[in-house]
Amino acid sequence: MTVSTLEETIIRTRDVSVYYGEKRAVSNINMDIKRNSVTAFIGPSGCGKSTLLRSMNRMNDLVPSCRVTGSITVDGTDINSPNVNIEGLRQVVGMVFQRANPFFKSIYENIAFAPRFHGLTDKRKLDEVVEESLRKAALWDEVKDRLRESALSLSGGQQQRLCIARAIAMQPTVLLLDEPASALDPISTMKIEELVMTLKDEYTIVIVTHNLHQAARVSEKTAFFLLGELVEYNDTSKMFTSPDHEKTEAYISGRFG
Amino acid sequence: MSHRSDTERQSGIARKMLSYNKRQWTENVTGKVIATVCAALLIVVVLSITYFIASKGLSTFFVNGVSITEFLTQIKWDPEGEPAIYGVFPFILGSFLVTTLAALIAAPLGIGAAIFMVELFPNFGKKVLKPVIELLVGIPSVVYGYVGLTLLVPFIREQFDVLGFSLLAGGLVLALMILPTITSVAADSIAAVPQDLRNASLALGATRWQTIWNVVLHSSLPGCLTAIVLGMARAFGEALAVQMVIGNTTKLPGSLLDPISTLTSGITLNMGNTIQGTPYNNALWSMALLLLLMSFVFIMILRIIGRKGLVNK
Repeated sequence: MTVSTLEETIIRTRDVSVYYGEKRAVSNINMDIKRNSVTAFIGPSGCGKSTLLRSMNRMNDLVPSCRVTGSITVDGTDINSPNVNIEGLRQVVGMVFQRANPFFKSIYENIAFAPRFHGLTDKRKLDEVVEESLRKAALWDEVKDRLRESALSLSGGQQQRLCIARAIAMQPTVLLLDEPASALDPISTMKIEELVMTLKDEYTIVIVTHNLHQAARVSEKTAFFLLGELVEYNDTSKMFTSPDHEKTEAYISGRFG
Repeated sequence: MSHRSDTERQSGIARKMLSYNKRQWTENVTGKVIATVCAALLIVVVLSITYFIASKGLSTFFVNGVSITEFLTQIKWDPEGEPAIYGVFPFILGSFLVTTLAALIAAPLGIGAAIFMVELFPNFGKKVLKPVIELLVGIPSVVYGYVGLTLLVPFIREQFDVLGFSLLAGGLVLALMILPTITSVAADSIAAVPQDLRNASLALGATRWQTIWNVVLHSSLPGCLTAIVLGMARAFGEALAVQMVIGNTTKLPGSLLDPISTLTSGITLNMGNTIQGTPYNNALWSMALLLLLMSFVFIMILRIIGRKGLVNK
């Protein structure tokens, strides 16, 4: 498998379907996600984009009735294989949620959370990881004097960047962002977008968004979902100027959804 | 024509805004009066009980001339001796020891059970465990005491070759009694931890147990502390069940297996022997005052926990 480390594709889905009980939420998705790029998932509510995202780090395992068929590989390893250690998978594929969800702890403890559990106990190294993660999330300057204060004292936008920093601290390869800016004001949203664009040098980012402009601004590739199916998966520049599919064009121009 | 109808419309609107609906007004006032009377009655009752206990309890010191320090620190209780000695330290110590012992046993068990029923097996917890716990809360304390007297006391007697009536027996019976309280309050506070936080922790590659221990329990810490303090308050005030199994000697206990007395058992056992207004009777009221003060302390602790932020630094 030495080849796969050099490969362009980091996440590959083949015939992936996700069921909630009898209901099929996502059907037969085949897509290759490029390493160190930003891929946007767009589509109307209930189209299955978040469901697909959540099956990429197996957060769907928490839903008892949920079942995933087909194969999802991350760097060549099937993540649904019984040999996969789920905690290890979630270290590789980090996730940030729609609503900022900092722990009821200090800023420092929020960032140190994951590294601690993955075995980092040395205080000085922990300090370094915390600083580096906060710097990467463009939050360091705002919080460096108040690391011991409650994370809940931060503003909504800062909290969301804290959540991104918290995910970065475990040194993931992929970051899944599930509508990370949908609950934020325009300025905070802009900061998150800028952050996403700087982070792609180091991480592969998959972002679910309802904001089409956001998808156009930050992503290189865009996937359009409708009723659980992948309608079009294309370069973002092409998608927003001359999409191959008429449904895509209808959605992007605002005629439905 | 149109001018007239305009005027009519305007006067109609003005009438609506300026007149009162008599029924609405009466209902509104009656409701307010009833609620105020209920609240006032409650306040009057609480204040008068407090005043009554305080005046009775304090007269030991101000009328009968017993020294407060001696009352609290004397280790000898001999109200009918010559001279009478009113030292309630053994009772105070007994109350604290038995309450602490009960909390030490019941807190880990209760919180453990709460984790089990909320985090690990929510279905079983909701269908089986919760009703069982509610049932346990409803069992009268005399039944707990009777069970302790029948099973626990003989068991301790045989195991350790002692009398059996002991601090240990009291602590165990109380632990059993407050376990359901602690479990249900802790379970509620654990269930109130937002699912978002659990997801965040799991998504960061934490295991189920790491999530429960570091995120769920950490976030529900004030609630779990509240559960423990509520349990302790109940244990501190319990009289009957404790009295049946602790032996009620006023000697200071040397070990867990020695008999003790508590403030509550002291009052119930002695009150039949006393006559209103005597120093002996007043001394019992002083003990009641101590119990009242302790329940104020417990309430204050609960307030402080409630107000304190959730963050540990």
